[in-house]
Amino acid sequence: MADPMIEADGLRKSYGETRALAGVSFCVRAGSVLGLLGPNGAGKTTAVRILTTLALPDAGRARVAGVDVVAHPAAVRRQIGVAAQDATLDGLLTGRQNLALVGELSGMRAAEARTRAAELLELFELADAADRVVKGYSGGMRRRLDLAASLLTRPPVLFLDEPTTGLDPVSRQRVWEVIRQLTGSGVTLLLTTQYLDEADALADRIVVVNHGQVIADGTPRELKERSRSAHVEVTLAEPGPGAAGVITPLVGGKVSVSADGLRLSAAADSAPGLATALVRALDDAGLLADNIEVRQPSLDDVFFALTGAHVPGEGNGSGPEPMRSGQAGPGDRAAERVGEGAQA
Amino acid sequence: MTSAIAQRPHGPAGTRRVIPGVAERARNVVSMTRRNLVHISREPMQLSDVTIQPVLFTVLFIYLFGGAIPIPGGSYTDFILAGLLALNLTTSTMGTAVGLATDLHDGIIDRFRVLPMWRPAVLVGRSLADLLTACLCAVVVAVTGLAVGWRTGAGPLPIVAGFALVLFFAYSLSWVAACVGLNSKSPESAASFGFIVLFPLAFVSNAMVPTQHMPGWLQAVANWNPVSAVTAGARQLWHNPNPSASISAWPMQHPIEAALAWSALILAVAAPLASRFFRRRTTE
Repeated sequence: MADPMIEADGLRKSYGETRALAGVSFCVRAGSVLGLLGPNGAGKTTAVRILTTLALPDAGRARVAGVDVVAHPAAVRRQIGVAAQDATLDGLLTGRQNLALVGELSGMRAAEARTRAAELLELFELADAADRVVKGYSGGMRRRLDLAASLLTRPPVLFLDEPTTGLDPVSRQRVWEVIRQLTGSGVTLLLTTQYLDEADALADRIVVVNHGQVIADGTPRELKERSRSAHVEVTLAEPGPGAAGVITPLVGGKVSVSADGLRLSAAADSAPGLATALVRALDDAGLLADNIEVRQPSLDDVFFALTGAHVPGEGNGSGPEPMRSGQAGPGDRAAERVGEGAQA
Repeated sequence: MTSAIAQRPHGPAGTRRVIPGVAERARNVVSMTRRNLVHISREPMQLSDVTIQPVLFTVLFIYLFGGAIPIPGGSYTDFILAGLLALNLTTSTMGTAVGLATDLHDGIIDRFRVLPMWRPAVLVGRSLADLLTACLCAVVVAVTGLAVGWRTGAGPLPIVAGFALVLFFAYSLSWVAACVGLNSKSPESAASFGFIVLFPLAFVSNAMVPTQHMPGWLQAVANWNPVSAVTAGARQLWHNPNPSASISAWPMQHPIEAALAWSALILAVAAPLASRFFRRRTTE
């Protein structure tokens, strides 16, 4: 059993009247990736700010690499790399100068910092823009440069706060690739995200936070199983009037049929062997199916099961439901203000 | 590729002393100073208050007011130069306030705060970069002065001492500006500090005109204004006309000592205060 590298224990934090964290606990084992998942204003950034010594908790304890972040912040800073949500770069310096500055301020020799900067600029495909002033960089370039800055000293613990928010799909893929390479290198990584597919793709474990509280903690698989809802879709070769009646007992719910009578879809308990049972039943009824799809629940389904609300801004295709406006209560709006306050 | 991404294993972090040593602090300060100088090179108009403004002020004061203000024992040109140096260097400390307010406003301050650096380097690096630009300002003032006929009968050492006296004052004042910048909501509000505090400070003094013609109460303020001591000190060192020498107030009788004492006092109060404001401002 590996030691926990990041430990949060009962963290509480309020900004003025607004409660950002209401007792958050989780831990990340050495060499693993934790996805801190939640909508805007859930408290993700506040948790990261406390763990990276930028903010003090009102209550609770946090340790990184075994060191208390409140008692020994300087020791913690030697172990961590941070890529904040708003890229923290110097707009008037070039990309190369930014990285060299971070290296020097981290205690690297100037020559060493320059070499390392060049290496990372290459890795993040920023070599061509290296000597341009950062003010003129695109959002994706800034994000990659910020990520490079966080890796400069090869810290064993990394915090990436929404590393792909606001990126175009291509930039997003690039960032994912780098994160995948990192996870193979033994680094301990805490990643916050609003994207369910991102947490699913990159994280070993997921902690779901909402309104400053942990509402779920487990592997992506465990979380999906917890929601126990699968989505079934059957496409028939030719319309069969009794098809809906054949499927209904298997899914145990309402089956909707498309206008042409060819496509049937339904929500179902993700019982083992559901696909096989569907094939048998359709065959027994003499119906020809072109396609049978039993899709495991997406994390959006999980989030819905946990909170009764969909993840706002979920637009990556993994969730079948569009965002339901009007469901966000006053609490959500207050939580959004927290997110803004935390960046101020 | 793989080697670029490989991370070092975490050592036994412990809580061993991780306060940077003197050498590392000095390196941090050099890095931060250089960063601020690069900023200036990117936006050269930032330098207008230490390049264009001094030339403008010198020409304006000498040709507009020069003839109208009689200076006992010398020319207005010889009288005004120390005053212009004090005026320009005093008002240019506004740059420190604006620069720090800008840093705090940007996300960059969070980057500095998660690095294992000596944090006061943010403040010290800023003040040193501003001192270097103040030196540039002094050169511009001197060259412009020489071009319009300023002369000094003093030797090289007293001449340099005169400049050093004013620069030391400007350096200590830049820490007051740092306090203002650290308490400003925005770079714009930090800039207003210049007009509300620095211009009156520079003008209610003997820098532009002899104080003898001011109303009594204002004369008292002017005679104890540190800018007056600094200006009179430079005039004395440069053997330039110094009408304040006939004023009995202690700082006017001992302008060099008064200038040094004022500067040291301001520095001793403002620097620790700025460091405290910085800590408070960066704690959440």
